[in-house]
Amino acid sequence: MKMLELKQLYQGFRDPKSILAWSEKIKQEAKDLKCKIRVMEVCGGHTHSIMKYGINQLIEEVFEFIHGPGCPVCIMPKNRINHAVLLAQEENVILATLGDMIRIPSSKGSLSDARSKGADVRFVYSPLDLLKIAKENPNKTVIYFAIGFETTTPMSAALLERVEREGIKNILFHINHVLVPPPMEAILQNQDVHIDAFIAPSHVSVIAGSKIYEPFVSKYRIPTVVAGFEPVDLLEGLWMIVQQVKHREARLENQYKRSVSFEGNLLAQEKIEHYFELRESFMWRGIGEIPYSALRLKEKFAQYDAERVYDLPYEVVKEPKGCICPQIISGVAKPLSCKLFGIVCKPTSPIGSCMVSSEGVCNAYFRYGNLL
Amino acid sequence: MCLSIPSQVVSIDEKNNTCIVDTMGTQREASLDIFKEKIEIGDYVLIHIGYVMNKISKEHAQESLELYQQMVEAIQREDEDA
Repeated sequence: MKMLELKQLYQGFRDPKSILAWSEKIKQEAKDLKCKIRVMEVCGGHTHSIMKYGINQLIEEVFEFIHGPGCPVCIMPKNRINHAVLLAQEENVILATLGDMIRIPSSKGSLSDARSKGADVRFVYSPLDLLKIAKENPNKTVIYFAIGFETTTPMSAALLERVEREGIKNILFHINHVLVPPPMEAILQNQDVHIDAFIAPSHVSVIAGSKIYEPFVSKYRIPTVVAGFEPVDLLEGLWMIVQQVKHREARLENQYKRSVSFEGNLLAQEKIEHYFELRESFMWRGIGEIPYSALRLKEKFAQYDAERVYDLPYEVVKEPKGCICPQIISGVAKPLSCKLFGIVCKPTSPIGSCMVSSEGVCNAYFRYGNLL
Repeated sequence: MCLSIPSQVVSIDEKNNTCIVDTMGTQREASLDIFKEKIEIGDYVLIHIGYVMNKISKEHAQESLELYQQMVEAIQREDEDA
């Protein structure tokens, strides 16, 4: 087998000729189907590929895309953002977080607002950056506002392992790690949403393994395919779904074999198991409370848990008037149904979290709908 | 947050359990703390927020790319015959 260049690896999976070939093949396969297949792409990464490469337009006669709850920034409930703002405002605290979390507004403003008022809020590329920040600021408490699904959870565990091993005393964690299968199941219980198939997140599956989706085929009989984020990967995954629907099957398939196994990354899973336990319940923005859908630090690591060290209130915060992010996240509505979309709610002046996050579905519609 | 880009391992620091990877021409450090398998220079890996999550199977990638190429060629032949 000839050596594969890195350039081929990513460009080969974005090749326009292959994209067109797959879309033709899908249309051909689906020509006898009587109605569109309603497929939920659970992850915001897939939503962006669908919009960026115009996959929704290429195969619009075959699929209706329902955008799922797989954007960690979009599903973050406002009371947790309020926690981050309160922690950032504590004396001698440096609050660090990933992604677009800094810009998400809540009833106490955003982390960005807190920073403009003097709080030390930092965006980090990696949780590892906290080690450096903590060593450079020995008289301050560095709090990691940890977010994300199964993909980012082991990195928080690995950071805590380093903190323990190196005896670092000034790093705390505010854990907001959530799980993918529980909201998928919650959405299936929603009478207003009808889903024929799932495209399951690929990088979550690199860590957790494709095994986590087994209940969707065994219990709910929904065809479920793990697919990569590149457009050709996604199209191959959609083709697998057409095959299953056509033959009235419901199987768990893995298109992204080059990175995902059934069992996943076992070392990462061990680290998660060591440090974390299930929360009884977690409030998901747009979906509501879902039992056993998120993680927290185990009691024996309480000294590292900002939620136990600081007194943080539980409060329910209302969404902005007119914003339908909750309905969008739960698959009931699409961005174009929102009266605020593109008029007052834009990436430069976002009202709701789906527009703030670069993985958010409104952001994708705006960015790739020639509105930017 | 999920859009990890494939990277290639350039060097390995066993003492600190890290490696240097090349991501589309940019080199950066990545932790090996959540990766158990043996890693070698030249391997392709997926990096997420500074950590190596997994190796990318060159064989599976190559198989897929060859399949896609065959599909494109088949469609071109059909167009020429039409």
